[in-house]
Amino acid sequence: MTSDHSSTHRVVVIGAGHGGGNVVALLRQYGFGGPVTLIGDEPAAPYHRPPLSKAWLKGTASAQSLALKPADFYATQNITLRLGHAAEAIDRDTRRVALADGSSIDYDTLILATGAHARPLPLANTARPNVLTLRNMADADRLKHALGAGKRLLIVGGGYIGLECAASARALGADVVVVERAARLLERVASEPIAGFLRRHHERNGVRFALGAQIETIEGEEAASAVTLVDGRRFDCDAILVGIGAAPNTTLAEGAGLACDDGITVDADCRSSDPRIFAIGDVVRRPHPLYGRSLRLESVPSAMEQAKHAAAAIAGREPPHPEVPWFWSDQYDLKLQIAGLPFDADTVVVRGDPETGSFGVYHLRGGSVVTVEAINSPPDFFAGKKLIASGKTVAPVELADPAVPLNGIVA
Amino acid sequence: MAKITFIEHCGTPHTVDVPEGTSLMQAAIGHNIPGIDADCGGAMTCGTCLVFVPPSWAEKLEARSEHERQMLEFSGKDAANARLSCQLIACPALDGLSVQIPESQG
Ligand SMILES: Cc1cc2nc3c(=O)[nH]c(=O)nc-3n(C[C@H](O)[C@H](O)[C@H](O)COP(=O)(O)OP(=O)(O)OC[C@H]3O[C@@H](n4cnc5c(N)ncnc54)[C@H](O)[C@@H]3O)c2cc1C
Repeated sequence: MTSDHSSTHRVVVIGAGHGGGNVVALLRQYGFGGPVTLIGDEPAAPYHRPPLSKAWLKGTASAQSLALKPADFYATQNITLRLGHAAEAIDRDTRRVALADGSSIDYDTLILATGAHARPLPLANTARPNVLTLRNMADADRLKHALGAGKRLLIVGGGYIGLECAASARALGADVVVVERAARLLERVASEPIAGFLRRHHERNGVRFALGAQIETIEGEEAASAVTLVDGRRFDCDAILVGIGAAPNTTLAEGAGLACDDGITVDADCRSSDPRIFAIGDVVRRPHPLYGRSLRLESVPSAMEQAKHAAAAIAGREPPHPEVPWFWSDQYDLKLQIAGLPFDADTVVVRGDPETGSFGVYHLRGGSVVTVEAINSPPDFFAGKKLIASGKTVAPVELADPAVPLNGIVA
Repeated sequence: MAKITFIEHCGTPHTVDVPEGTSLMQAAIGHNIPGIDADCGGAMTCGTCLVFVPPSWAEKLEARSEHERQMLEFSGKDAANARLSCQLIACPALDGLSVQIPESQG
C-alpha cells in the first residue's frame, strides 16, 4: 500500500504505550515520511511498563530511565504527541478519530495499540480506595504509597505481577500474603520446577502463601481492612493488590465494528478486518507464524515484534523474520527468562541444580525443545531459544548433564 | 562527549555525539538508529541491543562482565566482537568508535 504513500498519507496511532511508542519510531526508521500522530490517554509519553512492578516500585529507577524514548525524541522525529485524552470513537467511513476533549483527528492508516487492563476481582462489593490493580504509572504510585515498613499487603493472584510486587513490597519492608486460587503459583505460565523454586524463594524472603484459596469477602467500610477466605482463614491488611490477569482493551475496536475474539483479530501483518486499520500489542490476537495458530501474547518482545510487522507493512518493506516469543520476570535477585510457549511437552529436562539458584528447565516435544525457562542462567535461555528456533533434535540425557557443553548441543 | 558511528547492516553509517555517561544503546534509541531494539531498556535481560566492535577497539572498552559474557555466548553472532550496547558507556576514550549493527536482534 506504500507506493501511493506520498508525504501526505496520515498515520494515527491510538495508545501511547510500548507498542505505540515503538511503532511510530519504526515508521520513521523504515522511511515513512507522512504525518504521524500518537494519541494516548495517560499524561506521560510512552514508558517501559515492566519496571512498574520491579525497580520503579522499589524506588530504584529514575523517571528518565523509565521513558521509552528521550523527551525530545518525538519532536526531532516529527511525530505529533496528543497525550492526556482518550480516543472515544472511530468513524471508519470518514476515517476520523474522536477524542475525549471534543477534538478529532483524521487518518489514512490507523494503528490500535490500546493494550490491556487489569481484570477486577469477580466479587460483588470490592471497590475500596485501597483495593488496587497495577497497569500504569498512576497505579504504581498508588501502590507505592500503600507500601512501606510494617504495612500489610494482601495480593490476590500468584502470577507474574503478583509475585514481582510481592518481592518489591518485601524490599520496602511490607508484610506480604499472596492468595492464589490454583494449587500452585504461575499455573498456566510456568512449569512446576520453576513455580516451586519461586515459592520457596519467596517464603525464604518472608512471603506467606494461601494456595488453592479463594477470597470470600473483603472487610472494611471506608477502606479494606481484612480479607476472609472461603476456607475461613482471615488476614488483616492495609491494602489489597489484585493481580489476576489482564483483558484486552477492545472497546474502541468493537465500537467501530472490527472483528474481535478476546483481542482484535489481525493477520500476520497485524492488519485488522479493516485494511486501513492495524492493531499491535496486548490488544491483539494474531496468527503466529511459528505456531500456526492465533495467540494473544502479553509481553514487551511481542509488542515490539508486532510493531515491526505493522510498520513494515505500512512503509512497504519486507516483513521481518518471525521471532520466538519470550518473556522475563525479575524477583529479588532472580531473573527468570522464558522462551517459547507453555505447550504440552512430552519430556521435561532440568539442567543444573535449582539449589544453586541458577538452572534451566527445557520442555521437549518429539525430541525438539519447544520451551525453555531459565533462572539466573542466560546461557540456558539463549541456548534454549536457539534450539526452539532451529527445531534441532536433542538428546535429553545430554541436555540434563551440565558437563556436556551447551555449545555442542546447540551447534 | 564521544563521537560514535553506528553502521547499519546495509552499510548506512550514523554518526552521533554521545554525552559522557550515556550508554551507546540510549544514544541509538534517542537518534532512532535502525536495528537496536533494546526491549528491556537496559536491564541486561533481552540481548537485543547487540553491536560488533572492531577488534582494535576491544581493549579500550571496559571488559565484559560475566553476565554480559553469558548473554552473548549464544547470541548466534560472532561472539568475539559482540557487545551489548547498553553496557558501553560513552567516555572520551571511545571518541571515534564505529560499531556495526547486526541484521536482526532476534
Ligand atoms: C506491572 C507490569 C509488569 C510487566 N512486566 C513485564 C516484563 O517483565 N516483561 C515483559 O515482556 N512484559 C511485561 N509486562 C507486559 C508489557 O508491559 C506489555 O505486554 C506491553 O506494555 C504491551 O504493550 P502495548 O502497547 O500493547 O500496551 P501498553 O504498553 O499497555 O500501552 C497501551 C496504552 O494505550 C492507552 N490506551 C488504552 N485505550 C486508549 C484510548 N481509548 N485512547 C488513548 N489511549 C488509550 C493505555 O492507557 C496505555 O497507555 C508487564 C506489564 C505490567 C503492567
